[in-house]
Amino acid sequence: MNYFIKRIGQSVFTIFAVVSISFGLIRLLPGGPAAQLRAQLIQDSAGAADMERVNRLVELHTNIQPSKPVWEQYVDYMVAVFQGDLGESLWHNEPVSAILGEALPWTVFLMGTSLFISFVIGIALGAVMAYYEGSNFDVSATSGIILLNSIPYYIAAVVLLYFLGYQMQVFPTGGHYGSGVEPSLSIGFFRSVLYHSVLPISSMVITSFGGTAIAMRGNAISVLGNDYLRVARLRGLRDRRITMEYVARNALLPMYTGLMMSIGMVFGGSVILEEIFTYPGVGYYMFQAIGSRDYPVLMGSLILITTAIVIGILIADLTYGKIDPRVRGEDREVY
Amino acid sequence: MKSTDTKTDGGTDIDHDLFDSGSDVELARSEQLSNAFTEYVYAPVMILWDDWRARIGSLIILGYLLMGTIGVILVEPATLHEGPRLEGVFEGTEFLLGTDILGRDLFAMIVHATPAMLQMIIAGGVFTTVVATIIGTVSGYKGGVLDRVLMTVSDIALTIPGLPLVIVIVVIFPPQHPVTVGILLSINAWAGLARALRSEVLAVREESYVEASRTMNVPTRVILTKDIIPNLMPYIMVNFVGAARGVIFGSVGLYFLGILPFTTLNWGVILNMAYTQGGSLYTLETIHWFLAPMITIILLSYGLILFAQGMDRVFNPRIRARHVQDDAGTEDTEDDGQIQTTVTEQI
Repeated sequence: MNYFIKRIGQSVFTIFAVVSISFGLIRLLPGGPAAQLRAQLIQDSAGAADMERVNRLVELHTNIQPSKPVWEQYVDYMVAVFQGDLGESLWHNEPVSAILGEALPWTVFLMGTSLFISFVIGIALGAVMAYYEGSNFDVSATSGIILLNSIPYYIAAVVLLYFLGYQMQVFPTGGHYGSGVEPSLSIGFFRSVLYHSVLPISSMVITSFGGTAIAMRGNAISVLGNDYLRVARLRGLRDRRITMEYVARNALLPMYTGLMMSIGMVFGGSVILEEIFTYPGVGYYMFQAIGSRDYPVLMGSLILITTAIVIGILIADLTYGKIDPRVRGEDREVY
Repeated sequence: MKSTDTKTDGGTDIDHDLFDSGSDVELARSEQLSNAFTEYVYAPVMILWDDWRARIGSLIILGYLLMGTIGVILVEPATLHEGPRLEGVFEGTEFLLGTDILGRDLFAMIVHATPAMLQMIIAGGVFTTVVATIIGTVSGYKGGVLDRVLMTVSDIALTIPGLPLVIVIVVIFPPQHPVTVGILLSINAWAGLARALRSEVLAVREESYVEASRTMNVPTRVILTKDIIPNLMPYIMVNFVGAARGVIFGSVGLYFLGILPFTTLNWGVILNMAYTQGGSLYTLETIHWFLAPMITIILLSYGLILFAQGMDRVFNPRIRARHVQDDAGTEDTEDDGQIQTTVTEQI
């Protein structure tokens, strides 16, 4: 129970830190977004600048009230963000939370599926490689994986888009579902969504499953060499029980940590991937915001992506304690 | 027991020279030099050379280093309209990799993008490993409150998505110099390595020779640099390569999307031009414009991964010894797998 509270506290603190960084970047830096926006607004009103109105607009967009002292601005900003108010987009004239709230499920779908598929393939392949360790299959699979790992996911994305999207026109080149399809709980809609997600998901999976496979192979091989397996065999346990309860479980445990590490990496990559496939997720809006200097959306995406990652890692971490009963004692002698 | 107790046993002070002095036999300077050369240069290189992965990897990296130093002198920088527009690969003798839409030599552009790229990689790698080593070793060795504070900071840095954070910073403060770009791109890459190093230190700090140093009142700084960090070298070096790959992927990606300012020529900039100006996605005519920078990037990161795997054998004496005994050539898959994990997880 204590561990739960500690982990949740740490997660909240992480989000808190990111929001603080975002505040610092917007407000405190000279020439930062708030100052730029203010200057722009004053310039737009051509001499007859009504300072109160300008300040009000700045506050509307960035949640920052320039006339107040810094600490008060900070408190206001924090309160607003934790109430879900991320300011208003400069470009779309819509609340940032509304724009990104609609986009977030798509990013979670795309990246969650990629992560899941790449782990399933990686673990299966790694286990097979460990089983046939040293064979031709193992050696060639390892070399192939090293090559695949050398390819950045966005290059895989461009190549896939080029061949399967534009040249052969097998898959759509952008969007999250077909233009004629109404979002509903129908099979047609789901098919369209899946069809549009094939290329982005494949480009992520192709370039990332290898890392999992190699890690799984290493784990499985090191587990296979353990004494307790020999003891288990000597005790006359059935093979099935040995593979499932002794090998698989112990080899999989470290993979869980790898999964947690991957969550951040994969979600971070969504910015580039979604832009290439014009897939309207959080990353896509973030990229659009760069071009239009839409700072509220930019900061909102950073906060939102981080929150998604923190929640993902928290879930993974809290369930880890359930599958690994060993207590990791943190009490050590202090020198 | 406090470590100072050893001095207060009533006798005379322990002669500290006892622990400091080495062998009494004086070696001539040239002999020392030649010994040092054998130990630090010749032996590692020979061991590296024994491993095919390291051999290929180091040859690839060497090629890029030459390209970034001598190549820049030998190859003239690309100029506008020096050749026909969009000439394909090997179509003429003058432009080996063909030309882009403005008639510029693609090969020259790739060569001249290399020095900035190397600066970026080295800056990012050094930044990551130095910060991670300091935080990881101090935190693991000292323990207590300091450890908790440093690890909380690392956990936060580990959670914050690197790429979006970098994008936000880059948009607000566009970096100009390659070194700044390299450091910015690895702004939170150190966290994972720091955590890994900390757990390594936790194991090493209980070793008897570290305890001996502690009883002798050796300052913490010296214990860390002399006793602890040498044990972590394989980890650190392999992760240097991982960080380097992260910088390549990140910088090319951000240049490709046009988020980083085009102040220096980069392979990503070439990709970006092929993508936006060439309309490359629609025709086959411009495919070489795309493939040239792509293959350049993939080959370099391939070389780095191979090199990292081979390097593991140089720095890890246990593996080295086992390899010497092992004539049959069965691989020490256990360590292999783990090291590869550390490299591949940093995509």
